[in-house]
Amino acid sequence: MRSQPATAGTGPAAKPRSKPRDSISSWPWTDRIAYGLCWAAGIALCAIAAWIVLYMAIKGVSYLKPSLLVQSPVGSPNQSGSGGFLDPIEGTFLVTAIGIVVAAPLGVAVAVWLSEYARPAGLARAVESGVETIAGTPSVVLAIFGLLVFSKSFLAFLSQTSAGGAVFGRSFLTAGLIMSLLAIPLIVGSTREALAQVPAHVREASYALGKTKATTIRRVLLPSVRPSIASGITLGMGRIIGDTAIIVILLGASLRLEGAGGAPILSILRGTGSTLTSYVKENSPAGEGNAPQKAYAAAFVLLVIVIALNAVVVRLSGGQSHADGTL
Amino acid sequence: MTPLTPPPARRIEPGGAPTLIDPPPRGAASPTTGAPAIGGAARNGSRRAPAAQVTERMRIEAVSLAYGNKWVVRDVSLPVRQGEVLALIGASGSGKTTLLRSLNRLTEITAGASRTGRVTLDGEEIERIEVNELRRRISMVFQQPNPFPMSIFENVAYALREEHTARRDRKRRGRRGRRELEPAVIDAVRRAGLYDEVADDLDRPALRLSGGQQQRLCIARALAAGPEVLLLDEPCSALDPISTATIEQQIVGLRESVAIVIVTHNLQQAMRVADHVAFMHLGELVEYGTSEQVFERPSQQRTREYISGAFG
Repeated sequence: MRSQPATAGTGPAAKPRSKPRDSISSWPWTDRIAYGLCWAAGIALCAIAAWIVLYMAIKGVSYLKPSLLVQSPVGSPNQSGSGGFLDPIEGTFLVTAIGIVVAAPLGVAVAVWLSEYARPAGLARAVESGVETIAGTPSVVLAIFGLLVFSKSFLAFLSQTSAGGAVFGRSFLTAGLIMSLLAIPLIVGSTREALAQVPAHVREASYALGKTKATTIRRVLLPSVRPSIASGITLGMGRIIGDTAIIVILLGASLRLEGAGGAPILSILRGTGSTLTSYVKENSPAGEGNAPQKAYAAAFVLLVIVIALNAVVVRLSGGQSHADGTL
Repeated sequence: MTPLTPPPARRIEPGGAPTLIDPPPRGAASPTTGAPAIGGAARNGSRRAPAAQVTERMRIEAVSLAYGNKWVVRDVSLPVRQGEVLALIGASGSGKTTLLRSLNRLTEITAGASRTGRVTLDGEEIERIEVNELRRRISMVFQQPNPFPMSIFENVAYALREEHTARRDRKRRGRRGRRELEPAVIDAVRRAGLYDEVADDLDRPALRLSGGQQQRLCIARALAAGPEVLLLDEPCSALDPISTATIEQQIVGLRESVAIVIVTHNLQQAMRVADHVAFMHLGELVEYGTSEQVFERPSQQRTREYISGAFG
């Protein structure tokens, strides 16, 4: 729309224009078609999203029983006897927690280095493309790579070793570590972007008070970009929760949490398990568990978790623009 | 050319009884310079009187500055005195901000910047002072108000907290607590003329303050470091006239306790606050003198043209 006033005068004779000048009737027909397609695409996408959510909600709610959330799965050829999916829910949270605990400090550190130091320039470029490579690698490739690495005997402490001495390589720890690679690029990206938006004079104001670069980063820059770090972490959590390949390959996708024995918490961390994604995959009509109703219920729970995380991201990034307003 | 009549200038008198309090003692920094005068020496008369005591704090001698091989400041010599406000005026690109930033060695963070000549603080070359100590002794306020994303209190306390505390030391004393820092924080906020507006809630986020209040908070923060010299880089250019007037008032009040150098594009502002004025053009110092000299009887043709608005 033109912002010029409608009465922008050629004299008292000029009539005030009621319509904006830029009406669609003046467009060439190609532009009109493109305009129509843009509308159609937007509405279609909206409809597809609504369809997914509604369909999964209907399917999910009709099959979801509270008991499913608190019962462990049981191996059974019959859908009525296969228990709930408590273990996959726990597995989802555990893998996400491990992944984020590793990814958050690493991601923030890489972002700070790239944004505030980045010398020598060649190394900075290498780090940058390294992050991009990890971001672009399919998770199944990361998973296979992880299996190779974590099966080495010097990393046996991360998982179980069979009686024959073969390192299993599959555990919550190994899956969580590879999962962190999914989250790191997202955390680096959002942190770095936010750091780049902090104006140079804010850093200089801190230097001008006799503060070192380290103090400036710790006390001024990191607090200013905290909302962006949080939204990067939340996005990373979404990636981890949604990934299946790494779970199937590196977590074993066992029906229940199978401890490795030994100290109680360590036993679980070194043991295998499953998450909601692998549970859905196994129990879907395409999988081997043959419990499609439970797959729908679990998929609905997964969808709810991810949508809730997205809401958190939107909220955080909204808060960020507010905080950055005057900086 | 007809003799120029400068525009009427409103000079700021030091306020009735500004409550100036001694800056925190600064070790053996300058035993010779005497204690800062307490209270504004309010004198009668239409012109603002010079401060009761004027002491030279810094000396800029034959300083040239370059970015890469492009000279931006050439052979400038100036004194910086406590008890007076020195204004650097000149068109954009005249090198005044670069010169200002070189005084606390902030130019060093720009890649390719180099300096020749001598700058001394209380007789000591600034290169020989550890850079973070130097920047506490010569602190700076920027064009854009830039409080940090923390509370008002924490913004000022940030400048007070020690930087190079040895680990063992820190363990013994603990992080300096709020109670310990509070008097100094309040003192700095008061000197910047902000206290009455924020006294009820120092824990408010600093970014919620108005632009003018934010800039005064930045001045408070700079003062809290206990500087001998305060550098102001167009501190009012982003502010409205009322906030500007408040800050100018504070600047004039502060000159007794700290040497002030202000860069400004605004000639009226220079007239209102400055005791001495240095006019720079294309990196060179064209004219230096008292405010009256430069604005009423400029000796150089270029100064005359600039202050009459022929360029700039």
